[in-house]
Amino acid sequence: MTEAMHQILVIEDEPAIRNILKVLLEAERYRVIEADSAVRAEIEARTHKPDLLLLDLGLPDGDGLAIIRRVRAWSPVPIVVLSARTMEEQKIAALDGGADDYVTKPFSAPELLARVRSALRRNVRAPEQSSRLKLGDIQLDLARREARAPSGEMRLTPLEYRLLECLARHLGAVVTQNQLIREVWGPERLGDSRGLRVCVMGLRAKIEPDPHKPRYLLTEAGLGYRLRADEP
Amino acid sequence: MNTPADTRPDPDQLLARVQAEEARAGRGRLRIFFGASAGVGKTFSMLESAHVAKGAGTDIVIGYLEPHGRMETERLAAGLERLPTLAVSYKGIVRQEFDLDGALARHPDVLLVDELAHSNITGGLPQPRHPKRWQDIEEVLEAGISVWTTVSVQHLESLNDLIYQTIGVRQSETLPDRIFDEADDIELIDLPADDLLARLHAGKVYVSEAVATAVERFFRKPNLMALREIALRRVAERVEAASRAMRPGGGGARIAGDHILVAVGPDLQAEQLVRTGKRIADALAASWTVVYVETLALLRLSDMDRNRRVAVLRLAESLGAETVTLDGPSAAEALLGYAQTRGATRMLVGAPKRRGWRAWLRASTSTTLIKRAQGFDVMVVAPADATKRRASPSRLPGAAAQPVIRWDRYGWAAGVSVLCTLLAFAMYPHFELSNLAMVYLLGVTVAGLRLGRGPSTLTAVLNVAVFDFCFVPPRFTFAVSDVQYLVTFGAMLTIGLLTATLTANVRQQTRVAGARERRTAALYAMSRELAVTRGIEGMARVAVRHVAEVFQCRAVVLLPDVEGKLHRPSGAPAESSLRGADLAVAQWVNDHGRRAGLGSDTLPAAPALYVPLGDEDRATGVLAVLPANARRVLLPEQSHLLDTFASQIGLALDRARLADVAPASSLAAERESLRNTLLASISHDLRTPLAVMVGAASTLAERGEALDAPRRYQLAASIELKAREMADLVSNVLDLMRFQSGQVEPMRDWQSVEDLAGAALQRLDERLSDHPIELRLPPDLPPVHVDAGLIVQVFANLFDNIAKYTPPATRGWVSAASEGGFVRVVVEDEGPGFPPGDPGQLFEKFHRGSGEGAIVGAGLGLAICRAIVRAHGGEIEARRREGRGARFEFTLPAAESS
Repeated sequence: MTEAMHQILVIEDEPAIRNILKVLLEAERYRVIEADSAVRAEIEARTHKPDLLLLDLGLPDGDGLAIIRRVRAWSPVPIVVLSARTMEEQKIAALDGGADDYVTKPFSAPELLARVRSALRRNVRAPEQSSRLKLGDIQLDLARREARAPSGEMRLTPLEYRLLECLARHLGAVVTQNQLIREVWGPERLGDSRGLRVCVMGLRAKIEPDPHKPRYLLTEAGLGYRLRADEP
Repeated sequence: MNTPADTRPDPDQLLARVQAEEARAGRGRLRIFFGASAGVGKTFSMLESAHVAKGAGTDIVIGYLEPHGRMETERLAAGLERLPTLAVSYKGIVRQEFDLDGALARHPDVLLVDELAHSNITGGLPQPRHPKRWQDIEEVLEAGISVWTTVSVQHLESLNDLIYQTIGVRQSETLPDRIFDEADDIELIDLPADDLLARLHAGKVYVSEAVATAVERFFRKPNLMALREIALRRVAERVEAASRAMRPGGGGARIAGDHILVAVGPDLQAEQLVRTGKRIADALAASWTVVYVETLALLRLSDMDRNRRVAVLRLAESLGAETVTLDGPSAAEALLGYAQTRGATRMLVGAPKRRGWRAWLRASTSTTLIKRAQGFDVMVVAPADATKRRASPSRLPGAAAQPVIRWDRYGWAAGVSVLCTLLAFAMYPHFELSNLAMVYLLGVTVAGLRLGRGPSTLTAVLNVAVFDFCFVPPRFTFAVSDVQYLVTFGAMLTIGLLTATLTANVRQQTRVAGARERRTAALYAMSRELAVTRGIEGMARVAVRHVAEVFQCRAVVLLPDVEGKLHRPSGAPAESSLRGADLAVAQWVNDHGRRAGLGSDTLPAAPALYVPLGDEDRATGVLAVLPANARRVLLPEQSHLLDTFASQIGLALDRARLADVAPASSLAAERESLRNTLLASISHDLRTPLAVMVGAASTLAERGEALDAPRRYQLAASIELKAREMADLVSNVLDLMRFQSGQVEPMRDWQSVEDLAGAALQRLDERLSDHPIELRLPPDLPPVHVDAGLIVQVFANLFDNIAKYTPPATRGWVSAASEGGFVRVVVEDEGPGFPPGDPGQLFEKFHRGSGEGAIVGAGLGLAICRAIVRAHGGEIEARRREGRGARFEFTLPAAESS
């Protein structure tokens, strides 16, 4: 962990949770800045320029969505959202609004750390790197539209490539259904997810060892999909 | 006749007595100081008694005393509190009247009010609430205030004719006998005639100059003696009736079945008949009914006569009679039929009024009745002479319309004659004279059919004249050379008149039938629409629309809130809505269950009429109508129709209210029971994990360093496990609550079952590590239209059950098949299956397969599954799997399989 001195801004109004997050993240050798309100969060974000925002959606003084939108106006910093299970709609809105990923409360330490890690990794990875992908035995070069399995060359349709590209750009993070449809099919197909389902199923049949139990192309029910590459 | 069997207590009467007693509880007592005439000392005795009562500590107050200016009376009154009177101005004259609202506000124990039979000034300012003082007093009594008052015998309604016949003076201010009979105490103030005359001469009786001569005629010894006798007898009757009621088991001591019918017509004798009926019924202690038969002939009567009929029926009701209106072509037939069905023992009819040849030509109703009466006696009541002098007691406002003469029809009638003549001139050269007569006859017949009686008579006369003048030789004179033409003339005239009369009758009949049918149809139309309307406000709007249409008025339905306070309808008022309804009057109507306003007993001069909706004793709102023309709601038929409408609306509103209350209360009960079960469940399912967590966490905090790493890890892991269980439980409870309150609307989208089941497997990855679940889904399964998050929850709960309730290494399967517009999904396992009993029970909240055990989840999982599946329009079932294991099946809406 050479880049272990990443700064993380934790925006959470509940002190107990903030404390746990601080202990947990500091144990992983991140530097933690805390904010307990939306106002404070923006000040801290501007002054400290953190590498990642861990944002609780249910802040008392402001809409978490508004913070995302304002931060996105000046920074591509990864944002991971913390949300309760009953806040599905807000979660989708947050992801569509520019958040990179989410963690549902109550969360476990490994889960949270994995999300934080993959978000930070995405941030430091150069764009050209993102075109190469390794899913188990399968090697993909999205830029050149090549896929190679141990058994030989694999054929993917143009739509499947575009879907993979879109997911790979947010590797490890959830991409909402709307985002996928907009980027792969075009905004006029928004609201019709049937093409997306068919495409996902076709892709799984090709890249997953057991399409019924996907390991790489994962469903986030009600939200969208997540591409999980093997961790090094 | 008075056998024990006849005198057994009638349960209906017992019930009525109990109800009457209940109604009296909380009501003030009425005490009447009753005397044979003015001057016997009623007011004096009343005041004397008042002083005694006041001495005993009763809060007794004078509400109103007649301004007689008698010294003795004034002196007595001086010692008592006296309420201010109300100045009422009428046509420039100011009079002091009893102040009802003042009395209600003062609310003493006992209120003294002179002259119960007094009439208020209905046209005065301020407008009195009731036309009669006894109505004011009724309201005072209802407010729980006792009232002492005075009444002279000649004011009693049923004695009105008798007293007129006896002493020749007609009293116009009358008091319904009901009030007298229902009074709690009657105190008879008796003074022999000589003593009274002595007092009169001594100037102790108030005599105004203006009426001096009338009074002189009145205060004659024979008159005073007669009045005294009538008064004594009336009180004796009342005492007898009271003692009869008191006799053990004698509540129904009236001769069984003795029932008197009083047949009244529209004539002036009707009121007399009703009063006589009352006296006879009282004397025989019989029940009595006043019957009015609406025959064709009577329908043609003027409005004034028909209004008299309403007034007579009202009078009868006020005297305690039941009233019935029959329809029929012949009054005698209808009465005979009704008497038979009703089992009447006596019938009172007026003396026949036809005299001479008309009586000989057609038997009058009374004659027919006398001839054909079977099983009852007919009593013929001779008319009290000069009954005509008394004007109709309550003329309805706006009811004085004259029949309209249709002049245009007379024009048409003349036109027919002209036409006939033109035709006859054309035919004259070619036809015989008798055939020309036929043309004229045709004209008369056509006129009779089309134009009504008057115009067709004109046609007949004109035709005869023109025919004579133009064609009958010698032509162009009215002279007739041949007598045989007189026969032609006679025939033409007779046929014309007969046709016109017959047609008019038929038309009248059609009109009556049509009107009746329209009324029924209007009522039916409203009932039908009310039946399919939901919600009280909606019903009120429907009712207003129909009432406005049928009665050509503006109307509004005012509904009470929970506290019984009326409110104007919320929402935008309809075009026909009555915005200016007087809420105070409406409130009074709602509270008292009686009509008020236009043409009623209370505030009769108000522009709008307020009718209570629903039962008399329990009004559920008020219908206020402002008719364009008062006749629209005041004509007898219309008035009854309005009542029927009101009761229909009341019933419908009642129904709607019950429907509103029932689900709300059952929902509330269900919530309550849910809350209780939840508490019981939570006490176990939350405390157990909490105990583990607190114990483990405190151990770590206190003795952390003393423990080795694996132990510390074990403790931390148990905290995490229990916390997760609690988190699941809490979110399950929250989910279920949200479903129950209907807050959750599925966010549907097209999803693949494989994806959804896969997501659930993914979520439960760790928990299912020992329970391999296999997806066996056909590749061509159509997509389902569901909320992905919710259906994943269904799969997760079902999978979780497999993990919880089956031993490790138990296998499970998910399969699915397309079924019409649905996909049927099956989740099954090869575990131990369900406990004995109905597996369907598992879906009930907090039901757990194997009692209360260590397994956390509070039995909510399947209840949530069912709620979710149902919210999608599907159904979920639990079945025993063939061989071994459990099987759950549920359906989800899908695209049709291609």
